[in-house]
Formats: sequence, structure tokens, C-alpha cells
Amino acid sequence: MPLLLAAVLVVLTACSGPFPQSALAPHSDFSLSLDHLFTNIFWWAVVVFLIVEALLLYAIGRYRARPGARAPKPVHGHTALEIGWTLAPALILVFIAVPTMRTIFETAGNAPEGALRVQVIGHQWWWEYRYPTLGIAATNELHVPVRTPVQLEMTSADVIHSFWVPRLAGKRDLIQGRTNRIEFRADSAGEYWGQCAEFCGASHANMRLRVVVQSDTAFQAWIDRQRAAPAAPAKGSPVEMGQRVFRRSACIGCHTVTGISQGKIGPELTHVGGRATIAGALFPNTTDMLHRWITNAPSLKPGVLMPPQALSAADLDAVVAYLQSLK
Amino acid sequence: MKSWLTTTDHKRIGLLYFWTAFGFFLIGGTEALIIRAQLVRPAGIGVSAETFNQLFTMHGTTMIFLALMPLSAAFFNFIIPLQIGARDVAFPRLNAFSYWVFLLGGLLLNASFVAGPLFGADRLSVAPDAGWFAYANLTSRQFSVGPNVDFWLLGLQILGIASLAAGFNFIVTILNMRAPGMRMLRLPPFTWMTLVTQFLVITAFPVITVALVLLMFDRFFGTHFFVPSGGGDPILWQHLFWMFGHPEVYILILPAMGIVSEVLPTFSRKPLFGYTVVVYSGVVIAFLGWTVWAHHMFSTGLGPIADSVFAGTTMLIAIPTGVKIFNWIGTLWGGQLRFTTALLFAVGFIAMFIIGGLSGVSHAAAPADLQQTDTYYVVAHIHYVLFGGTMLGLFAGMYYWWPKMTGRMLSETLGRWHFWLTLIGMNLAFFPMHLSGLFGMPRRIYTYSAELGVTRFNQLSTVGALTIGIATLIFFWNLLSTRRRPINAPNNPWGGATLEWAMSSPPPVYNFTVIPTVANRLPLWQTERHAPMEPLPERPPAPIHVPGGSWWPMITALGMPVMAIGALSRLLPVVLVGAAVLIVGIYRWAYEPFET
Repeated sequence: MPLLLAAVLVVLTACSGPFPQSALAPHSDFSLSLDHLFTNIFWWAVVVFLIVEALLLYAIGRYRARPGARAPKPVHGHTALEIGWTLAPALILVFIAVPTMRTIFETAGNAPEGALRVQVIGHQWWWEYRYPTLGIAATNELHVPVRTPVQLEMTSADVIHSFWVPRLAGKRDLIQGRTNRIEFRADSAGEYWGQCAEFCGASHANMRLRVVVQSDTAFQAWIDRQRAAPAAPAKGSPVEMGQRVFRRSACIGCHTVTGISQGKIGPELTHVGGRATIAGALFPNTTDMLHRWITNAPSLKPGVLMPPQALSAADLDAVVAYLQSLK
Repeated sequence: MKSWLTTTDHKRIGLLYFWTAFGFFLIGGTEALIIRAQLVRPAGIGVSAETFNQLFTMHGTTMIFLALMPLSAAFFNFIIPLQIGARDVAFPRLNAFSYWVFLLGGLLLNASFVAGPLFGADRLSVAPDAGWFAYANLTSRQFSVGPNVDFWLLGLQILGIASLAAGFNFIVTILNMRAPGMRMLRLPPFTWMTLVTQFLVITAFPVITVALVLLMFDRFFGTHFFVPSGGGDPILWQHLFWMFGHPEVYILILPAMGIVSEVLPTFSRKPLFGYTVVVYSGVVIAFLGWTVWAHHMFSTGLGPIADSVFAGTTMLIAIPTGVKIFNWIGTLWGGQLRFTTALLFAVGFIAMFIIGGLSGVSHAAAPADLQQTDTYYVVAHIHYVLFGGTMLGLFAGMYYWWPKMTGRMLSETLGRWHFWLTLIGMNLAFFPMHLSGLFGMPRRIYTYSAELGVTRFNQLSTVGALTIGIATLIFFWNLLSTRRRPINAPNNPWGGATLEWAMSSPPPVYNFTVIPTVANRLPLWQTERHAPMEPLPERPPAPIHVPGGSWWPMITALGMPVMAIGALSRLLPVVLVGAAVLIVGIYRWAYEPFET
């Protein structure tokens, strides 16, 4: 029965996808070694499953009661068999335990010299990244160079979160007052999906993230953009009006834009216009979504701290234009 | 009515446990169906994040503490004294007390669904919403302001008292109340597994009790045991919770393993293969169950040494578990199998539990678990273990013992429908969860991105859950419709070998007309070594004194939810009234004359 189901599901799998958050499509040394270990265990499990279910099915088919049959022989046990089926699983477990221990030490999070260090700080419900050696920061979208060891040093500003980007790295929890480390080296450029894996309150489901793995030149270009202060808006432009609205609104209480505001509660917005997503990698960074988000964030992401903003239509347009200008 | 409220008869208490737990099982199942309906498409069907978090928290809490454990307890109560040749449990009034505490604790927890207005909340429901595991520091007052987590911790604290009282009661009963000749290695396997389970209860529940007390102090009195900003440690909660939580898994599965070890021999007409090995492997599982808790915490960063140790101990559990499975197949081997519904469920248990066992090995490998933990892959695992294992085992027990408990036979036709729909439904519901998990769907999310590609798997799971729901309704109908049938079940409808089949169905209030003397493990069977036991006399040769009922267990139990309500609403006088009820109850109970 489960086998049949499995077959059906494999067919189904073949015609759905692709799976941007799949643990079965590793793209880093870290997730590759997890995948090897899992594959190893998977095949042992298949073998054990087939043997046990075959014995069971044989027994229930072969030993069905027949009318008039003699009473079965009252067998109470068999010492050799007991020893045999104690040792057999023990032996199989050796073949699983040894690679497990090896992988545990391989993936303990110790980075080689020269790894790019990134501090990851979990917030309800978004991600803050700091690059201490580069002097830059980012939000929700983590940029890293390809084929370079990256060490994440992770902690939380509030409750426990768990950083999970299956194709690059297994989970590691972000815990206030502690620092957990993982290390990985992505093998190809691209965008990798992830999300918080530890239940962290109302919008746990909405705490998503992206990792953008870039070629060295693209990564350097991104760093340069992050380092640059946002360009001053042209006098009298809608962007400048947006900046004025931003300055006099509640925005500055929670958000930082370098040179403009110093709020610390919400994500930093100095380069928000350059991001692909907003609200914890939940929505695309479009004019429409920015409008809806600013107007009533809690209706889009339950529990979020940002209250609905009562801005006039003109002010709203201006603020959105301003945010989009912050590349 | 009065006789049910004051009863101390283990058989009546068993039936009370059964119906109460079955009611909670239906509630927990309804919660599951709403969860599955919400997940049928990425954007859901309109269940809010807050409601969804309450639903999965209450589904887990209800199924574990209010359905599975007490359904096992129904059988402990009804069957254990019969299997060991006793007239009742060691402490009948304590037994009644356990039941009332369980009922009231369960009602208190579920009252949170409608208690919102009492706490000035803007919504009707203030049900617990921090998960059945209630990880700190999400549960601190700072991040969980309302009474939701208070309901959870006070409800669980009360339920723990019921479990502890029952645990001691059954240990004393099994050790002290055995009929003459019923040596330990003649105990039926279900009694053995119950004994092992109760040792786990009395060692594991104190740990959660302590953890809950600390959490209560954090939330009510501003301590910082689990609050990192105050110098506390949220990981301490995880250690305490899983030190309880992992043995709890064995508290849930071992009784079902015991039931399967009763059902297979009866319907194979063969003794249990490797009885002593099956018993000792249960004991070994319980011991090892104490050494593995941190395998729930691989992603917290325990360090490679601890990860290796806990991975190793966890894998070891596969050995005694595998041994049990092979012995069960050995029991079937060469038998004369009668495929009653009870046997179907017992065989279904083996076939499904092995899947949960094997996925368990894949979590034991700590690094592999880093991809699995907190995803639907683990949801699949736990449901193959607790539904495919425990629930199928309990269903086997229900079909097996229902005639003994009520004197009425269940319909085998409906039973077959129930079995096949349950088997198909559970595989449809839970197997695709392995895949949705591996393809990146975390647990405890009320919405997911359509682009994850897991919508199809979720649809299958929802259809499967509905199928289980229909199967359960068929079973419910089967149970109810027996009430219209005559009480005509024979003493031993299945040809069982153990003492519960030696008296009428349902048993008389005193159980045995004469306490039998037991000479072997299979007293009612003819084997190559011995003849069946002499039938018990129809009537007791001398009048048997049966103690009357008592109000005090129920009244004493009532004190605790009153105290909890006082704590929830911050009304010290109510707490004191509850404490007074408790103390007066205990005092009157202690001095109650035996002969009433």
C-alpha cells in the first residue's frame, strides 16, 4: 500500500515543481553532505522496509485460518532467531552511525581561514544581516559570493527562530543570548529560498528569506552599492517630497535610512529600493505592494508591529517613490 | 447517575475514561480537519494566523494528553485488574480521583476556546497558541501577553497530577494485587507494557511538572528562568520539556505495543513468540527512552559531541523496536490467522509503525535531521508513530475488548470499513507529508508560497484526513449502535488465553467469583504443556464485599481547576477557595469510613 502510494507520488512529483526550497537539491558543500547521509539512510530504510513488509505480507497470506485445519504448533520462541534479529539491525545501524558521526563533525560550523563572516539576527518576523568585515548590513536577502566559504554567526533579538535555506544549509536556531554558527560554500550562483523553521509566533509562516549567491564581481558591485549613501533627491521631485513625508511621519521612529533617520525597531531601509522583496521576503517589491504594505501592514502579515499608516494618497505615492529610489 | 459520579469500580472508571477520551479524540480530530482544510491551498480558506496557531497547539495537546493517553488509561483501568486476577486496583478512590482530575483538566484547557470575553480579549478564543511544546521564550509574558499560555500550563499541570496518581496506582496494583501464581513472567504482555509505561509516567511527569512550575513563576511572578534578557536560558526549557517529552512518546506507544502483543496470539492461536524477549525489549525501550531527549534539539547547536551521543543512543532504540516487530511476525508465522477487525488493526499497526520507525532513524542521524526537523517530514513521522502506531493499536484493543467491556459485539462489517478507510486515509494524509517536508514546507505554518510546489501534496493530505474523519464516524456509529443490541457476548468470544476472558462479559462488579490460582502464562489455553484452567464457578461461593462509592475523589479533584481559574483571572480568593476544597476533600477522603 505505501509502496503503491510512493509510486503514485513519484509520478506526481515528476509533474510538479520546480522546488525552490527543496532539501533534495543541494547546492553547497554543507547541504551536499547532509544529502549524502540522508540518501545512505534512505536506501537502508527501503531495504529494511521491503524485508519486513514482505515477511508480514507473506505471513498473513500464507497462514490464513483454514476450516478444519489442525491447531497450530504452539511455538514459544527461538533463541538463535532472537539473537539473529537483534544483531542484524545492530549491524545495519553501524553502517548508518559511522557516516552520521563523520558528518556531524564535518558540518560543525567551523569555517576555514578567510571565510566571509556574516552575523544573522532574527527578529519577529524578519532577518537582519551584518557583514562585520565589510561594514555593511542587509535585510531578509542575504548576498554571498559563490564558491567562497561563508560563516553565519546567528543570534536572535527576541524569540527563537531557525535559519533554513535547504539547498544551501541545514537548520540552525537563532537564540537570544547565544551565537550559533554554520558554514557553507555555495557551488553555483542563483537565488535560494528559505524561511524560518522554528515556530516564532503569529507570523512564523511569513518569515521568509532569500540568499542571493553571486559571482565575485556581482557581489563586489552589490557591496559597493550598499556602502554608498543614497543619492540626495532632486529638488522639487516627487522623491524629495517623499523624503519629507518620510521624515515627518512615524516611519523614522522604527526605520533607519542613513543620514535621515535612526529607528532601530524595524528593518533598515537605506537600500530598500534595491531589494527584490519586502516584508520578510514575503511580497515582491512592487509599487502596488509597497502601497498596500504601508497602508495596512497588519492585514498582510498578522502580528506585525508596523501600524496602519493614515497617509493621504499623494503622500503615500511620494513615500513609495522615495523608498523605491533608495537603491 | 449518582452511582457513576461516586463510582470507584475500575470497570466503570475505565468506561468513563473511554468515552471522555473518545470525545476529546473527536475534538482533536475536528481541529486537525480545520488545519487540513486551511492547508488545501497556499492562501488557505480564511483561517487566521492566530486561530491556526491555536488549532495546531490544541490538536497536539488534545491528542496526546486528552485522547491517546486516556484511551490507553481506559484499557489500563478496565483490563489490568482482570488480567492479573484482582477485584479492583490497589487504590480505587485514587483511581476515581485520577479520572475526575483528567476530565476537569481537559475541560479547563478547552474552555479557553470560549473564554476570551472573560479576559477582555477582542476575540472569543484565547486557546493556547505556542505549540504543544511551548518553547521558551515565546511563552514569556513579553511575547505571549494573553491568558492563552496560562491555560496551557495550568491545564497541563492539572493533567499531570491525574497521570501521576494513576501511575503510582497501577504500579502498586500490578506489583501487589496479582492472583496467586501470577509471577512477573506470567503477566500478560499488555500488563507488562502498562507497568513499564507507568514507571515512565512517574519518572517523566515530575520533570514537566518542574518545568511548568518554573514557567508559571516566569509568567505570573516575573522570574526569568527561561528569559535570556533576564539571565535565563530558553534552551533549559527545551531540555526539561524533551526529558519529559521523549519518554512521553513511549508512554504513548508502549501500551499499544502491549495490545498488539495480546491480539496477535489470540487470533493466530499461537502463544506470543519470544514472550520474554518482547517483555524485556519493552523495558529496554523505556530505559533508552530516557537517554535520547536531545535528539529533538539538534538544530539548537549542542555541539558535535552531544550530537553524536544523542544520535547514537537514538539509533540504539531501533534495535529493541525491531526485535519486537520480528517477534510479532514470528507470532503470526505458522498460525491459524482469523482476520477479525482486531487482527486487521494489529497487523496494520506493524505495517505502519515500521514506516514511522524507519523515518525515525533518519532523524536520529543528526546532520540529516537538520533538513528534517520542524518540517512536514517530522509531521509525517510523528503521525506514522502515533496514528499508524498508537491509534491503530488502540483501535485493535477497542475491537478486541469491547465485548468484554460492554457485553456487546461490535459489527465486523462496519469494522472492516473502518479499518480499510483508516488505512487508506492515513497513508493518503501522512505519506505525502514526507515529501512536502523534504521539498521545503516547514511545520506550523498557516500559509505557504504556491511556488514551493507542495500544493499537490497538501491536497492529498487533506483528502486523506477527510477519509480518516469518515472512517472515525463509521467507528463512532459502530460503538453507538451496539447500545441497541442485546448483551449477549460470550465470556471468551475470541478464544483468548488470559484471565479477563474467564468471567462473564461484562464482568460482574466483583470480577472473579473465586480468585483463580495461575499456573502458567496462558491459563485458558490447552497447550502441549498444560490443560486449560478449570472454569470459575457461576456464583461466588461466599458473599463478596464490594466497597461503596465516594464523593470525595470528585470533590477533591474539583479544587484544582478552581485554583487554576483563580490564577488565570488573578483572583486570590478564588485560588484560596479552590485550595480549601482540595484540602477539605483530602481530609474527608482520608477519614472516610471504609464501609458505606
